[in-house]
Amino acid sequence: MGKTQEEVRRERLDRGIKVRSDSVYAIASLRDMAYLLSPRIIPVVAVFALPLVLGGYWTKVMVYAAVYGLLALSWDFLASCGLFSLGQALFFGMGAYLVGIMNHYFGWPVVVTLPAATLCGGALCTLLLAPVIRLRGVYFAMVTLVIPMLFSRLIVATKLFGGSHGLTNLTPFGGEWFSTYFILISLFVCLFALRRIIGEDYGLVLRAIRDDDRAVMSAAINIFWRKIQALFLSACIGCFAGAFMCHHYQFTGPSAFALDYSLMPLAATALGGPGTFVGAVIGSAILVPLSEALRAFGGLRIAFYCVILIGSIIVLPEGIFHFIARKYHQFERDVEA
Amino acid sequence: MSLLIYGLIQSVILMLYGYGFSLVYGVSGIANFAHGGLYILGGFAAWSFMNYLGFPYAVAAVLSVLVLGLFGFGLYWGILVRIRGIVLSELVVTFVAGIAILEILAWKGLYGFYYNLPVFVRGDITLSGITVDYQRLIVLGAGALLALALRLFVHHTRVGLCFRGIAQDERTALSLGIESDWIGALSMAFGSALAALAAILILPLGVMEAHIGYEVVIYAVTVAIVGGLESTSGMILASFIIGFGQIMVAKYIGSSWMVIVPLAAIVFILAVRPSGLFGKFKELEERI
Repeated sequence: MGKTQEEVRRERLDRGIKVRSDSVYAIASLRDMAYLLSPRIIPVVAVFALPLVLGGYWTKVMVYAAVYGLLALSWDFLASCGLFSLGQALFFGMGAYLVGIMNHYFGWPVVVTLPAATLCGGALCTLLLAPVIRLRGVYFAMVTLVIPMLFSRLIVATKLFGGSHGLTNLTPFGGEWFSTYFILISLFVCLFALRRIIGEDYGLVLRAIRDDDRAVMSAAINIFWRKIQALFLSACIGCFAGAFMCHHYQFTGPSAFALDYSLMPLAATALGGPGTFVGAVIGSAILVPLSEALRAFGGLRIAFYCVILIGSIIVLPEGIFHFIARKYHQFERDVEA
Repeated sequence: MSLLIYGLIQSVILMLYGYGFSLVYGVSGIANFAHGGLYILGGFAAWSFMNYLGFPYAVAAVLSVLVLGLFGFGLYWGILVRIRGIVLSELVVTFVAGIAILEILAWKGLYGFYYNLPVFVRGDITLSGITVDYQRLIVLGAGALLALALRLFVHHTRVGLCFRGIAQDERTALSLGIESDWIGALSMAFGSALAALAAILILPLGVMEAHIGYEVVIYAVTVAIVGGLESTSGMILASFIIGFGQIMVAKYIGSSWMVIVPLAAIVFILAVRPSGLFGKFKELEERI
């Protein structure tokens, strides 16, 4: 709190290359193109190369991280239209159980069950949550928090669909390599598609609903219908993650509705930076391997994990992606106040 | 008759769970999901004061309430104040802090009959054919007393009036010289102290386990939501409805279905009357 702070203030300005490459001049030079493309292409190539380098165990961790990444994407998309969910486990469990039922009782192959569970699961979850869609904030969060719990308790209590043992011996998804790359490609497709959607006019309306729903209503837009559309899309992504995981492990059980699947996407998004989708993926790419690496601590693993998470949220409240993006696009300098 | 007595006791227990949570949310707007962790930590603090330091029970109880109050204050002043207003971060941090407390306690081996708090007065009494032990009656009395004391506190003391001021309109309260962070930290301290108080009253009825914490936070959130988040009287009414509902379900359907009651109640009330029984918020506009 010295003298310098009163006279000098920190200023942030966009880099020249950023301003240039925002417009049509982006195609004028290779350097500008590289500036735009490298942050997109390099991570994708790196992620696709990783399974070749890593051993079998860490490749499994990558699959896990990608599944959580999908859940986090679905959370972030729902949050970008103001629906703050605490129950991604509902989507995950719904997908997993639909696949389990279709595969276990009817014997349908993976090619049918995966898309069917994704779409039917999305529709079912939307139907379930549609009555409470007019709630916002904490209230919507509460409903979504209890519904998956309700489902897992009901399944255990009624012994429906295998009860607490779940459904086993489902068809495996395919080879190790195939499933790894399948889920990674799905993750990137979802990531770029969602970023595109939210950047279009359609996404603009969704973001406006989050920021000021009454303004959107006064523009004669039916916000509930829009919210339902967003909910369906988000539920589809979540159900897809659940359906994939179910085939991958060849098992589905009440644990598919566990709190982990609700909390982890939330934590990942908070860590990576909400509202950007990339942040959600970065967050889960950090948290899932971290929780594996902490296995050495045994019982204290979750406690360590929690402490690290709290620490990083406090140090970087805006999220990792926002921080990186700012450093990439802007420079800082001290100016006379 | 047994329905009446046990329903009453269950309701008061739920009310004690809910008090701290509802106070913190009402004043600072933070949904304190660490409530369950604080509850168990309060019980554990009392146990440690008695068994490690050898204090008498009454002293240990008072000390643990004070320590938890300080802990809650520290939690707010050290951590939550830095992310105040970022709802996602607040939620993740309180949730995760609660899990951290519970997991550390579970790792220390906090389960089994070794860890339990003694009852205040041993023995039981028979009320029209139903045997009730004294501890449950004490819980009943303490709950009623606490409700009365808190009402007097928020209506007739300076700090209590500041609480209500911040809860009603933070900006106006600020312009009158009430500092919202200070009051927020105080409310967190009070909420944590209430959690510890509830733990000391209720834990002697059973064993102290880290896993109870998760249940406590669910019940606390449920009664607070069903009653309307910022309304204390609604919270009390909700705990009575859910408490009696649970006992009735346990009697007529089976005790494994008891957990369904609060979950069903929360879904039902939010679908029918989203602002809760006594909630004052309008349905759409003011939901943040």
